[in-house]
Amino acid sequence: MADPRATTGLTRRDLLKIVALSGGGLALGWVWPTRAETSETSAASAPSEFEPNAWISLHADGRIQLRLARAEMGQGVMTALTMLLAEELEAGLDQIRIEPAPVAPVYTNHLLGEQATGGGTSTRDGWETLREAGALTRMLMIAAAARTWGVPESECRAHRARVRHADGERSLGYGELAATAASLPVPTSVVLKDKSDWTLIGTSQRRLDTPLKVRGAARFGLDVRLPGMLHATIARCPVIGAEISGWNAQAAREVPGVIDVFAVRHGIAVVAETSWAALAGHARLEIDCRPRVNTAVATERLRSRLHIGLNGRAPVALREGDVSRALAAAALEIESVYEAPFQAHACMEPMNCTADVRPDGCDIHVPTQSPAATQELAQRLTGLPPERIRVHTTFLGGGHGRRRELDFVHDAVELSHRLGRPVQVIWTRADDLQHDYYRPMTLHRLRGGLDATGEPVAWFHRVVGPSVLARRDPGRIRDGIDPLMIDGAASLPYGFAHRRLEYRRADTPVPIGLWRGDGHSHNAFATECFLDELARAGGRDPLALRRSLLADSPAHLALLDRLAEHWAAPVPDGLGRGLALVEAAGSRLALLAEVAVEEGRVRARRFVAVLDCGQVVNPDAVRAQIESGIVFGLTATLKGAITFSDGRVEQTGFGDYPLLRFDEMPEVESILIDSDAPPGGVSPIATPAVAPAVANALLALLGRPFRTLPIRL
Amino acid sequence: MIHFTLNGEPQALALDPATPLLWVLRDHLGLIGTKYGCGEGACGACVVRLDGEPVKSCSTPLSAVEGRSVQTIEGLSPDGRHPLQLAWVLEEAPQCGYCQSGQIMTAAALLAQHPRPTDAQIDAAMSGVLCRCGSYARIRRAIHRAATPEVQGG
Repeated sequence: MADPRATTGLTRRDLLKIVALSGGGLALGWVWPTRAETSETSAASAPSEFEPNAWISLHADGRIQLRLARAEMGQGVMTALTMLLAEELEAGLDQIRIEPAPVAPVYTNHLLGEQATGGGTSTRDGWETLREAGALTRMLMIAAAARTWGVPESECRAHRARVRHADGERSLGYGELAATAASLPVPTSVVLKDKSDWTLIGTSQRRLDTPLKVRGAARFGLDVRLPGMLHATIARCPVIGAEISGWNAQAAREVPGVIDVFAVRHGIAVVAETSWAALAGHARLEIDCRPRVNTAVATERLRSRLHIGLNGRAPVALREGDVSRALAAAALEIESVYEAPFQAHACMEPMNCTADVRPDGCDIHVPTQSPAATQELAQRLTGLPPERIRVHTTFLGGGHGRRRELDFVHDAVELSHRLGRPVQVIWTRADDLQHDYYRPMTLHRLRGGLDATGEPVAWFHRVVGPSVLARRDPGRIRDGIDPLMIDGAASLPYGFAHRRLEYRRADTPVPIGLWRGDGHSHNAFATECFLDELARAGGRDPLALRRSLLADSPAHLALLDRLAEHWAAPVPDGLGRGLALVEAAGSRLALLAEVAVEEGRVRARRFVAVLDCGQVVNPDAVRAQIESGIVFGLTATLKGAITFSDGRVEQTGFGDYPLLRFDEMPEVESILIDSDAPPGGVSPIATPAVAPAVANALLALLGRPFRTLPIRL
Repeated sequence: MIHFTLNGEPQALALDPATPLLWVLRDHLGLIGTKYGCGEGACGACVVRLDGEPVKSCSTPLSAVEGRSVQTIEGLSPDGRHPLQLAWVLEEAPQCGYCQSGQIMTAAALLAQHPRPTDAQIDAAMSGVLCRCGSYARIRRAIHRAATPEVQGG
């Protein structure tokens, strides 16, 4: 049965206007070739024959181009969003070329309020819009064919970018129909395909970017090459907030290829003919900093500061029942404090940006999650009007929230503006680790009350930590509550008769920002570990206890049901088994971990993940995101942390900020729940579940709780 | 002048012999498939093959390749259809993809030494190349797949 829906903002005139304002779209950037055309990596586009909307252009020669307005950073969004368009357009993925979209209001991600990628929002945001864009185009193609042949539209069917008449003899390709379609009125409503007619959505499709990535042909930010381009590094003061008081550039200037050394907003720039000269100059530069503040910043002192916030009064984010009274009346009350440290993003591609600022315009080639904000910053720095600032989003060598920031954009635009030449700024790995916007350090005090049967009746949780939104979006802080800092803690699905959640803001000088899973990544550690502590105190099985607390939530019970068989299986000798439940980005995940202790170190051996992310678009890519989230989470659970002494980050590279290695990869089994609900986000959901699942497994194995990350035996 | 063979072609370069091979490739030869990840040999994103062996090109000076043979991701196959590349596609190994050139070149060296590698041999060979996206399990499957004759036929 068809599902007619009204279009929203998809009139051709409006969309064409927007595209024209943004600089024409098709003339911008390089085209990402897909399977249809992988033999060339860049090509100027011919003028399009027909652009029915901001995402699709059809060419007379049959080419179909789609504009991708979200950043491909490994999460598979290029393929997933193309599948949404192609499903309704009735075109094969092999018939489509993809190019990065320019900045334009039509590409706004409504879940983030700007044209940006992150937080598991892309598929959710595009689910209706992109399918409608595809369907509208398909309807125009059918209308054009019907008019050409003088037959009713009901006798025409579209398949693989071709409209066929029911007589089985006549057919016309979309390219042949484009000119006629351009003269037709835009349909006032679109009809989306019924789920039973889908051929792409819900099937595992090969990622469109993989052929490029196995040939070393995918172009990341550092692979941008512009004529006359210079390379630059920037030496920053290691102490947070310090200013440069002097520098000795003599040795740096002696490096062959170094052109100039001078002060910029964020430090001392070394400008050179080559990347290597810029890096070598950076290494030889001596800078003196005037650390007026923050010289005493040290992890131990930051921890003490946060500890103060565990006591005294704090704003209440959520109150149900009367926790204090219920705790006083409980048969047993327990309390625990959990700690999560600062964490870096450590994207494999170090931060970078390439800018070409000219008097008449500016081109910025950058691996960014935030192209609209990139354009705004460049506007502010150059004074150029936005329509003359073109942002070209490259492939991202990892994002994880780090590439929502603009510091690296600032570096490149400032330098190119000053030098009048294209400049590529490259950060060293040490720059990247030492000048991040970290996942914040947090402390959590939890109190729980059990009745005489071991059933939890009261739940108290106080989150103490700096506010991420204080810098990024202070208007969203209400009554002292930063909603990002209570992610997951506020929406805890368990039914407690009495519950209170508090957030005590404790800002520190450390720059903090978005990080895969955001607040979930520390809150789920505290809440899911404490639940297991309550289970243990009450003599209850952790899965059974969760089932009883989720009795009114069939969606969560369904997850646990699918995990029950794995949970009930005998635990192999030497292993501990734990579980955790996370709800984030419109999805739910139950994760089972099996861990061992080998040679004094924790070893995660196996995970079973049960995911309900609504309608799955590309199942294999969803499984890849579960694997990815687990690996990202395991690094934060078992490896290092960002620590401070004398006002500076102590870690400088992968030696002291290690990542999970190949031989430490656990087995991962993913179970996807069938669902007709709209898609939920996937990239952020597995990461927060890992630390509690592993800690709970260790609690089961060793009989003692692990309340501090990263876990140390 | 440093003479060496690059992806089967002779090269003669008059560059500072201390220049790391990574930057010779990226800055001077336009071979940008080999990636910069850390510059200190700790991540493996820059692995290329030197006389068949995997080396971290960020820590290999140009002088070390004199008279030797260098292979980069661009030279692994003429058409992107090396058994490893085919297997990588079939297993959907890459995510962000930034480390994958290093992963594939490391695996190519492994297969040259052990055409049918065991899991232990794969662990030993691959654990020096970091992936933040967690593609390790798929890479393992892809290596095993590439080591089987049916995929080698293409």
